[in-house]
This record gives sequence, C-alpha cells and structure tokens, in this order.
Amino acid sequence: MTAIDRALPAMRPVGVRSSPLAAVAPWLLGAAILLALPFVFPSRTGFTIMNAIGINVVFALSYNMLLGQGGMLSFGHAVWFGLGGFAAMHMMVAIDKLALPVPVFLLPLVGFAAGLLAGAVLGWPICRRAGTPFAMITLGIGELIAAAGLMFVTVFGGEEGIKGDRVVGPMLFGLDLGPQGGVYWFIAFWVFAAALAMWAFTRTPLGRLSLAVRDNPDRVPFIGYDPQRVRYLVFMVASGFAGLAGGMAAVNYEILTPQIFGALTSGNVLLMAFIGGLGAFYGPILGAVLIVLMQSMLSDYTEGWQLYVGLLFMGLVMFAPGGLASMVEGGARAVRRGDWRERAPAWASGALAFAVLAAGIVLLVELAFRAHGGGALRLAGLTLRPGDAMGWIIGIALVSLGAGLLRLLTRRGHDGDTARPA
Amino acid sequence: MEVVVFSLLNGLLYGLLLFMLSSGLTLIFSMMGVLNFAHASFYMLGAYLAYAMGGQIGFWPALFLAPVLVGVAGALVERYGLRPVHANGHVAELLFTFGLAYLIEEIVKLFWGKQPVPYRVPDVLSQPIFTLFETTYPAFRVFMMVVALLMFGVLWLLLKRTRAGLMIQAALTHPHMVGHLGHNVPLIFMTVFGIGCALAGLAGVIGGAILVTEPGMAHSLGPIVFVVVVVGGMGSLTGAFVASLLIGMLQTFAIAVGASIGDLLRLVGIPVAPHGELTGITLAQIAPMLPFLLLVLILIFRPRGLMGARET
Amino acid sequence: MWTKIIAAAASVGVMTAFAAHAQTVKIAYIDPLSGPFANVGDQGLKHFEYMANKINEAGGIAGGKKVEIIGLDNKVDAKESLIQFQKAVDQGARFILQGNGSSVAAALVDAVNKHNRRNPDQRVLFLNYAAVDPVFTNDGCSYWHFRFDADADMKMEALTNWLAEQKAIKNVYIIGQDYSFGKAVAAAARSMIAKKRPDVKIVGDELHPLGKVKDFSPYVAKMRAAGTDLVITGNWGPDMSLLVKAAADANFNVPILTYYGGGLGAPTAMGSSAVDRVKQITEFHENVEGAPAALMDDFEKKTSYDLYYWRAKTLMEMLKAAADKAGSTDATAVAAALSGLEHKTELGTVTMRTDNHQLLQPLFISTLSDKVARTVEGTTLGFKTDYRIEADATRTPTTCKMERPS
Repeated sequence: MTAIDRALPAMRPVGVRSSPLAAVAPWLLGAAILLALPFVFPSRTGFTIMNAIGINVVFALSYNMLLGQGGMLSFGHAVWFGLGGFAAMHMMVAIDKLALPVPVFLLPLVGFAAGLLAGAVLGWPICRRAGTPFAMITLGIGELIAAAGLMFVTVFGGEEGIKGDRVVGPMLFGLDLGPQGGVYWFIAFWVFAAALAMWAFTRTPLGRLSLAVRDNPDRVPFIGYDPQRVRYLVFMVASGFAGLAGGMAAVNYEILTPQIFGALTSGNVLLMAFIGGLGAFYGPILGAVLIVLMQSMLSDYTEGWQLYVGLLFMGLVMFAPGGLASMVEGGARAVRRGDWRERAPAWASGALAFAVLAAGIVLLVELAFRAHGGGALRLAGLTLRPGDAMGWIIGIALVSLGAGLLRLLTRRGHDGDTARPA
Repeated sequence: MEVVVFSLLNGLLYGLLLFMLSSGLTLIFSMMGVLNFAHASFYMLGAYLAYAMGGQIGFWPALFLAPVLVGVAGALVERYGLRPVHANGHVAELLFTFGLAYLIEEIVKLFWGKQPVPYRVPDVLSQPIFTLFETTYPAFRVFMMVVALLMFGVLWLLLKRTRAGLMIQAALTHPHMVGHLGHNVPLIFMTVFGIGCALAGLAGVIGGAILVTEPGMAHSLGPIVFVVVVVGGMGSLTGAFVASLLIGMLQTFAIAVGASIGDLLRLVGIPVAPHGELTGITLAQIAPMLPFLLLVLILIFRPRGLMGARET
Repeated sequence: MWTKIIAAAASVGVMTAFAAHAQTVKIAYIDPLSGPFANVGDQGLKHFEYMANKINEAGGIAGGKKVEIIGLDNKVDAKESLIQFQKAVDQGARFILQGNGSSVAAALVDAVNKHNRRNPDQRVLFLNYAAVDPVFTNDGCSYWHFRFDADADMKMEALTNWLAEQKAIKNVYIIGQDYSFGKAVAAAARSMIAKKRPDVKIVGDELHPLGKVKDFSPYVAKMRAAGTDLVITGNWGPDMSLLVKAAADANFNVPILTYYGGGLGAPTAMGSSAVDRVKQITEFHENVEGAPAALMDDFEKKTSYDLYYWRAKTLMEMLKAAADKAGSTDATAVAAALSGLEHKTELGTVTMRTDNHQLLQPLFISTLSDKVARTVEGTTLGFKTDYRIEADATRTPTTCKMERPS
C-alpha cells in the first residue's frame, strides 16, 4: 500500500516555527480549555460526554501515531486499548481486594505498560509486514482476540466483563473519583499528559525516522536504519498509548466487557483519526470530539444518526480528505498570509450552500424515516407529514439548491475528473 | 464414513457459498487495490432487490435483473464516488466504502424496515433433490453449487481468454501504457467495479434466500470475504476459489471432529488437564475463528497467499 | 460547519421529542435503537410507549402523574449504556428499562448500585424486561433491580417439567451461542435433565461463536448422527433462524425447543420451515387462552407490531400499582412497594419475589403452526399452546443475599 501516503498531506516537520512561544501557545490554550470546560458544561451529562471524549482523544492520537506518522493502517487497534483496559481493571480489583497502596489515579500507567507489552509480543510477527498485509494481519488478530475475549472467562469475565470500584485505594491530589466531576479532572490530567508525551515523541529521532519509513521505506536502510525495526518500535509505543486510553476507560466506566475488542471499536478509532485529519497532530482530537458527540447525543434526536455519520464521512472523504484539521489549517494559512479578507466571502457562501444542502438532506431523511408509521415532523411552526408532497418538495428543492450552489462555487477551482493514476 | 461424506459435501457447499460472496471482491480488490468494505452491502442490496422484484416479476427474472441493477449501482458509485477519491489514496477509498456501508444499511432500513423480510426460494427449488443417509438435500443447494461453479468458469474464461480480460489485466499493471494504446482506462475500472458488485448482488439473490434477509446481513458477513481474498492471493481467481473450498472444509471438519485442544495436545504427547479453561475449548467451538487464524498465519509466512502472483 | 448539521438535526428532534410536563414521571428506555439490533430495540420501545399511553389515558400514576418513556440508544454497548444512563438521570428519569444483552444489563445493575450509593437523593430503579442471565437474581442481585422476564433457569425448569412427561424423548442435543447466556442455558439443561429425567441421554452439548456461523448443516448432520430426539437451544436472531432452516433443508424432523422462536422477526425469517418444528417457552403468545383480543388488535393497529412483550404490560401495570400504593414516584418508595407485590393479569396472578426481585408468572410452551387463529408478523403462522406452567412451579432456589437500604 504505497498509496497510503497519498492520503497524508505531508506533515510539517515539527519545530519549524522558531519562536518558543509559538510552540508553547497551543498547549497553554489546550490546558485553558480543559480547565474551563467543567464550568461551561457542569451537568452530569456534560461530564460523562467529556470523559468519553477524553478517552477517545488519547485513543485516536495513539492511532494516528500508527497511521499518520508510521503509515501503518491497522484494523485491530482496539486490541491494545482493550488489553490495557483489562490490565488496569484487574489492578483496580486487586487494589480493592488486597488493599494495595496504589492510587487509582495512576492506573492508566498500568494500562500503558500492558499495551506496550502486548504490542511488543504480538507486534513482532505483525510488524514483519507493511502495507496491506499489515492491515490484514491486524484485522485477523483483532477478530481472534475478540473471539478469545468471550472464551476466557477468568481473564475477561465473559460477556458480562469485569467490574471494579474506582473509589478505593489512596487518594491522590485529594481528588475524589466518585462523582463524574471528579473523574473529569482525572481524565483531563491524563489527556494532557498523554498528548504532551505523544507530541514529544514526534520530536524524538525515532519519531522523525518513522516519517521517513512512512514516506520512503526503501531509502531508510541507506541511512543505516532498519525500517521494520522502526515500525516495530513505533507500533509498540502506539500500543502503549492505546493501553493508557484503555486504563482511563477502566476507571471511567468501572466495567469492561470483551465487546471492547470488537471491530466496532477498531473501526471507530480509524474514523476519528481520519475525520479529524491525519496530517496534523491535533486532527484526531477534533475527530474524537465530533464522533463521540454524534454517537452519544445525535442518537437522541434521530434514529437515522448512522445515516448522517455515513454521509458525513463520505462527504469528507470526497471533498476534504485532509479532515477537519485541513480546514483549520487552510484558515490559519490565510490568516498568516493576510488574504483571509479576500477569501472570507467564498468561505461564507460555501458554508451557506452547504448548510442549505444539509438542511435539505436532513429534511428528506427525517421524512423518509417517518414514512414507516412514524408521526409528523414539526419544525418551526410547520407540520410536515410523510404522506404529503409538501415536505418532499421543500427537501428536494433545498438539496438541489445547495448542490447547485456548491457546484457553482467549486466549478472554477478544479475539474474533479482525473484519470486513475497507477 | 457417514460423517466424512457429510462433511465433504457440507464443506463443499459452504466453500462455494463463500466463493460466490468473495469472487466479486477478488476482482475489485486485486485489480483495483480497493479494500471495498461495502462489498457485503452490495450483497445485501442484491438480496433485497430480488425480494422486492420477486414479488412482481417472479424469482427467475429477478435472478438476472437484481444483479444487473446492483452492478449499475456499483458502476455509478465508482464513477461519482470512488474515482474522485482515488487521487487521495487507498485509505481514503477505504473510508469511502466504509461510509457507503453505513449508508446502504440505513437506506435498506428506510425502504424495507428493520425486521427480516420473508424472502424465499421458489417451490421448484425447495423440493428435495437427493437423499443421503436419510438427509435430504434441497434442489436449491445444488442450484447454488452450479451457479458458483458457473461463476468461476465464466470469470476465468473472461479474464484469460477474451480480449477484454487481457486488457483488464494489462490495465492493472500498466495503466498508462494501456491508456496510450488508446483504451479508456477509467472505463475499464468502472466496468470492473460494476461487475464485481453485480457478482456480489448475484450472491445476495441466492444467499439471501438460503440464509436470512435482514438489515444486519451485511454486517454479520463481516470480514470473512477479505479472508478468502487474501488467503487465496491477490489477483488470483483460482486462489480465491481454492481458498473458499479450503476454508469451507476446514470449518466443517472442525465442527465434525469436536475434539478439544487438550485432547489434541495429549495426542501429541503433552499431558494436560482435559477440561481446563484453555484446554477444554473444542475445535467445534473455535471453528468459525479458524479462517482468521489461517489469515494471520498465511500473511506472516506466505504473504502472497496460496496462489497470488505478487505481494501486495 | 458540522455543528450545523447537529444543530439542525437537534432542532428537529427537540421539536418532536420534548413536550415534557412538570408532573411527568420519566422512564428511560436504554436499548439499541440503531445498528444491527435496532429492530429488537424498536419493538420493545413501541410496547412501552403504547402501555404508557394506556396508563396516561386511564389517569396516570400516583395521583394523576403522567408517565413518559424516553428512548435512549445504547447500541448494545456496555460503555455507551453507561453514558446514556448518566444522560437519563440528568433528564430526570428515575426508572430505567433495559432488556437486550446481559452485558449491558450487568453494566447497568452495577452502575445503578454505585449511583444509588453515591447519590442517595437521586436513587434510580432498574426494571429489567428481558435480560435473562440468572446471575442478576442470584449472586449478582441488587435491591434496585427488578426482573419481569423469567430467567434462563426458570424457563429451563419449566421446559424440563414438560420434558418429564414426554417419555418418547430419549436423546437430547443442546446447542448454543458461546457467551454467558448460551452457557447458562446449557448448564441449566444438563443439571435439570439429570434430575428430572435421568434416563434421557445428552448426546451433544455444543457452543458456537455468536453470529459467525452461516451454514448450520454440519451441526444438523452431527445431530442426526447422534440420534437426537429433541434439540434445545438458546439461540436468537439469525443464529436461530439459520439453524432451523438448515434442519428443514436436511428434512431433520425433531422438535427444536427455543427461548426466542417467536419474537424479533424470527417467524418471518424461518417461514414454513419452522412449522411444527419450532417450540418456544414464553410468558405469552397471541393464541394463549385469556389473551385480550381487543388490546392486541388495538396494539397492532397503532404500532404495526404484534403484541410480543406481554411483560411490558405487566411491568407498567405493576409500576403503576406500586406507585399508587406508595403514593409517590420516588424510587425508594416504589422499590419498597414493588417488592413482594402481587398483581392480577388476564393470564393469572403474578408475584414479585421479595428475596431476589424476580417476577413469578405463568409460562407457556407453544409450537409454531399454520393452523391458528392469530398469526404473527403478517405471515400465516402463529403459536399454539402445548403446555402451561403455573407461576409457582417456575420458582427456582436463589443464592441472592440482598443489601437493603437501611
């Protein structure tokens, strides 16, 4: 799969920006956001969702270490997440049973160690291949571990999983992990620490080397390194951080089931990383936020949320393959160059056209879902019934209008019809 | 004896079913390099279309029409979806099909609801055709075997013995050269994708009737089709055929044997407790997981697959 | 930009979903409403919404409060269920309904226990309508959990009572999905058959991975080779339909005793291949003696589903009875009233056990037939009763040591 790198906009070598302030600023901003969030969303739901987001941020970042940095497409990243989680969970149970003087706060480290170890053992045969064979091996390993998860009841607790209680052991920083709000600070700490560590990793020689292995594995041996070895090391570290995220999940949910090993978890993390953008370090963070919100909140409002997820993915893949991060980067570039004023009208009209299109699609989909014995759709004083033509006409009109506008706007840019290159 | 005959027959049947499911993917995967995660969705689409049309025009016309419609849908997806994405690489293509799989499942639910639909084979085919040790085999199973074998034969001839087939093979390795010779390479790719989807649709028409036609059917098919393609080897139709049969037999015999891991270990002289958590697991229990084990082992020790022409 | 989609969808949803009153008792229904198991969750939701409507029409509960069912999609995932649980509590729901997936139920029992301990002023009750792993009313029991479906052991108790009278059956084959429920069914079958019919031989005891088997012919071949007279299976969904189809294809004509032969689209999927072959054990089917025809007709008309979860009706009626008795909709008060509550239904009297919070109700063994008055799922098939087991006969010993609030 040499073409894998074509999906990756070249990652700007880190540290190019010279001023130390510019390097520190994003981290200060991140810390400020983490500190401010609980005051913006102080509800139980807010904390619960933010905690889920935090776990997935670390998980998605670790995945991007593999895919974005190392060029390794994995369909089995859930394995390391799960193994790290179960290790942390068993430790949590042990703290309770044996009254160990280990703070629950540090359990993600247990997850990290377990992920690293598992990655080291299983990663050895896996990393002997690159490209599609690598992807297929991870698919197979993922399926095997998922099946094994249900078979070994003493380790994984069978279908019902392993439960623990996070309010045990010594307290650290005087933080009570009982309420969701307490767990938030635990999650926030680890998100920050893990993100910082992973970013630091990109600046190590090994991190730089992995970019070279991704982009041109054939030439890496010429500078004296074995690409297979580099991949293996990166794989181990990525597994470790996935395990760390698993450890956070163990503490947050206090229950883990073998479901965690499933293809769904592995697929989700791939989506989060890609949607967010593989090319920027912070891309997966955006992806994790969006996906968790869609999964846990959008499903309240429409039974067709998966349809929207599917549409969103396809739209992004087709029109913005750099993910959400590429949009942010585009904006930032324009600001730096100082031509954002000229571009703003185009962006605004694009967003408007898109909003029209999206509104039309949502209307049509919601009507279609109600055609099977559902009620009417009430919207801004309007009552639309799936039986009447009115709603459908409006929907179709909005879709055509939006699509027409978008086409008009992009017409000038480029012609989408490129022949398939080799 | 009885067990062996049954297992051979059932393994053959299951293997051929697998081949039907994965032959289209072999074509697409090995020729275009596209990991089409929506392949099983086209299979589902075939089943639902055949069910919907079968009510109007009968099973036999639907058997031909449904795959054609699925093929057209596939070609359109390639033309307006995959082709623009192709420039962004394989991960983008893969994610596109990922999203497509979601989309097709939801669309199927929109049209046909969330419950299984009563899609059945016509009465002619549900008659028993032969009996073996009291076990009857309905005509439908034999029909399926015949279709699968025909599929293999026709595809093989198409690829190896026709001008179009040779052109397709050439376009894979040397697209620019084929383009310079005056052939329309994008059109070739669109056709390949369309045919691949049509084959999945055909498998759906038949598989949907034998198995259960419900919105989860694509999901439950899972990655087994990838296993067949990879184990068989990239670019090898014969490989996929052999791999299908091998996996079918492997699974069926594992069920029939029913020995536990402990039994096997003791057979080779390693004394272990017979009913431990690990050693008590029977072959039958893990039979459906054996293909994945095979996948991993093949990729580690023979990444070309059984009969693949090249590593990917 | 994407937030716009969410906002747009959200506004659509907000308009339709929330018409809440101050005096509403919110009941959160946490089950799959999207994904591969959406059909199962949707059917359950429609049952509870219908029953809630009935209660509201008749004047509500605990002195005129209306009940409202809030559907929350858990995608049959334990972690996601916990997120939805927190959301439910936030929205003011103090009663949780769930049924699909023992892993989810286990996670919820645990979450409710912890939540009630940590938030004694916001206690929540878990009303389980379908998760049948015996553990929830035995070692893993909880004062805050009430189960309205007979668990796997109770159903097996009932099945073996019937089996004890079927002297022609000599060889039994057990097959199940390889997870806790499948194993629980197999274990219960082994021990109870040994007790009630020591002469019956168990000629096969097989587990297969959940949802991975496409062709059950090899299993059927094994069953036939073993001289099977009766197959017992806990399989559900495609795993059951495919098993039945494979048996029919092979002309293998022995009864297949199922837990889930009647619901969730199974009769449609199996079709005529299941006639006179598939038996089920349930608390209800539409041809059961005493089933209220008017209610079933109305239900079908309003929801386009058959009445399947009779226990949804029992559950809602008992919730009302308990709230009325307690004069409050506070979870602690309702729990106290519900424990030990007796209730009369059209099919007989049911009792909520005080020692483990398991409902005792009459059970029925029935066979799928094409000669019945009421058919299911628009097919020509329906169930006819073979055998009735009285509520009291389904009582199984429990190991539950319940921690009661002081």
